[in-house]
Amino acid sequence: MIRFDNVNKWYGQYHALVSVSETITKAEVVVVCGPSGSGKSTLIRTINRLEPIDSGHIFLEGEDVHRRGLDINAFRSHIGFVFQQFNLFPHLSALENCTIAPVRLKRGTKQEARDRALALLDRVGLAHKANALPSELSGGQQQRVAIARALAMQPPVMLFDEPTSALDPEMVGEVLQVMKSLARDGMTMVVVTHEMGFAREVADRVLFMDHGEILERSTPEAFFNRPEHPRAQQFLSDIRVSSTSI
Amino acid sequence: MTFTEVIRSYWLYFLVGRFPQGPLGGLALTLVLASLGLLLALPFGLLLGLTRVSPWRWLRWPVTTLVFVVRGTPLLMVIFWAYFFLPSVTGVQTSQFSTMLMALVLFDSCYLAEIVRAGIKGLPRGQTESARSLGLPWFATMRLVVLPQALRHMLPSLVNQFISTIKETSLGYIIGLGEVSFVATQINTQVFIYPTSIYLILGLTYFVLCFSLSRFAFWLERRLASQGGRNTTSALATL
Amino acid sequence: MPPFDLSILLSGPYQTMLLAGLRLSLTLLAATFVLALPLGILIALARLSPFALLRGLASIFIESQRNVPLLAHLLFWYFGAPELLPNAAKQWLYAHDVETIAAAVAITLYYSAFMSEDVRSGVRAVPTVQFEAARALGLPWLASMRLVVLPQAIRVTVPPLLSQTLNIWKDTSIATVIGTAELMYQAAKVESATFRSVEAFTFATVSYLLVSLLITALASGYHHRFPPRAL
Repeated sequence: MIRFDNVNKWYGQYHALVSVSETITKAEVVVVCGPSGSGKSTLIRTINRLEPIDSGHIFLEGEDVHRRGLDINAFRSHIGFVFQQFNLFPHLSALENCTIAPVRLKRGTKQEARDRALALLDRVGLAHKANALPSELSGGQQQRVAIARALAMQPPVMLFDEPTSALDPEMVGEVLQVMKSLARDGMTMVVVTHEMGFAREVADRVLFMDHGEILERSTPEAFFNRPEHPRAQQFLSDIRVSSTSI
Repeated sequence: MTFTEVIRSYWLYFLVGRFPQGPLGGLALTLVLASLGLLLALPFGLLLGLTRVSPWRWLRWPVTTLVFVVRGTPLLMVIFWAYFFLPSVTGVQTSQFSTMLMALVLFDSCYLAEIVRAGIKGLPRGQTESARSLGLPWFATMRLVVLPQALRHMLPSLVNQFISTIKETSLGYIIGLGEVSFVATQINTQVFIYPTSIYLILGLTYFVLCFSLSRFAFWLERRLASQGGRNTTSALATL
Repeated sequence: MPPFDLSILLSGPYQTMLLAGLRLSLTLLAATFVLALPLGILIALARLSPFALLRGLASIFIESQRNVPLLAHLLFWYFGAPELLPNAAKQWLYAHDVETIAAAVAITLYYSAFMSEDVRSGVRAVPTVQFEAARALGLPWLASMRLVVLPQAIRVTVPPLLSQTLNIWKDTSIATVIGTAELMYQAAKVESATFRSVEAFTFATVSYLLVSLLITALASGYHHRFPPRAL
């Protein structure tokens, strides 16, 4: 479904993505983790062309994402993207946030868009907040609306860029809950996250990145218990230390 | 005559010029000209500002050049071109009012373009990114997501631009437009013996007008800042 | 009439007039800048001082300058102010290019107000702890400002000051209203004498644009060489 083919990217002199090659199949849930600055956010942002690449190719359902002449808007409407900072539109209600794209891009009638949005808000547990403005919602609620908003376009794949990093700890759970149910329903997901519990429970594979390279790829069980690459081992031991120091 | 007599004879002339026996003038003309000028400049300024941030180079460059040229030229120069040059090309001698209005609209559009541009760039990048990620094309993103938010934040700058426009109307004096500075000088020429007081009153008039507007802009800014606090992602917001 | 006749620009009396106008405009720019900046810094310091009276006076000055158009200021200083002077001073003034002097006074005072606000913003951009650290060392108020705060404020203040310089340059054109023989005045005179609006105005426009470009280039150059520091 998603294929990286020797992708390279530079920020000036800094080599942000180093010969990245990887394939993600349909219904797979892939977690990308790694230390700060490893390039994991950059990687996921290149999939829907929020960041350009300098060489190599990225294919989504066979289409070269970065080729010139691609209808980028039509293309992006087939990818759901959830940001770390939620990025809900503050001047629109939760419901309007979810209907703005389907209505504007003419995915069915207005009524259909509304019905689907309400169903999605219900699915993320926020049907009762349909008319609330983002300023009236907690961080966890906003992120759940953001997920519903991305789902409203019925994309075949969902990308998550550190979806819980900006949340207070007590709200992380409600968002992960939604993401887990999505995974169980067979959604293809690429998730950049530090939430190792999530990775253990629903991920099919874990990709470990550092300094722009994918250094290890394995199942969650293998990755957490028997990491092979020394930097992966370092990373995991650092995480364990910080999590036990609470 | 004493100064009080001067005031009593000329106060109406100062406020409305020779109206209704003649065209509108004085303070009323200043206000009408400034309001009309800014109002008409708004749609152009919005358009130019949007073009300045658009992703299409062939649109951006000519507009950037236009804005740069207009902002690098004195307003008076623009007025002179419109008043002295344009008639020789079009064969039509426009009135001082229309000339002044045209010059103000052109000039203010370019300044508004920069205000719009700054307002749009001042929004967090995430707003544009999330709208584009949903598949919304560039113009729809601007219209539905960016501008509704940006325009609210631009309000204090818009009020400040209105203050500038009021001050700019004074240049109509030089082409003989009967706005308040011109009228004050007319009064001074007739009365002759109180120049200091007359010009102090002129200054005071502008001061009252512009100062109150600037206080209003300040109040707007404070109000927007306190409201903005409510819009940020607050984990403590109640269910 | 031939559409564009450069000859009047390249030599002869009209060229002399236009060049004289340009020279006076540039002189006004330089003189007012040199006078307005120190004055602006003083007023900014007054606005920041711990003395309410000083702050109040500075505020009144700034608001009275900023809320009145430059044209009205020029009219006041040319028609109104000399009347307040004793006769001897008035006579001296009228014998010595009163138009230029009035223009210089009006523009200097007007822009000192704007510059003082820019300096004040620059100072406020420096974290207060810097000032507090200086005072904690025992430095008096003025020395703390002069040696610690102002030098750091400069980097932030230069871009808006350059922007004000651009405005001064453009506003020298308004002095034409009181008869100052600067560029705009001369261009209008040439136009009324020859009816060659295009040539005269093009000369003026190009002059204004070139100097504007120079000032803007200076600003860009400064921004590149001294980008805003992350404090």
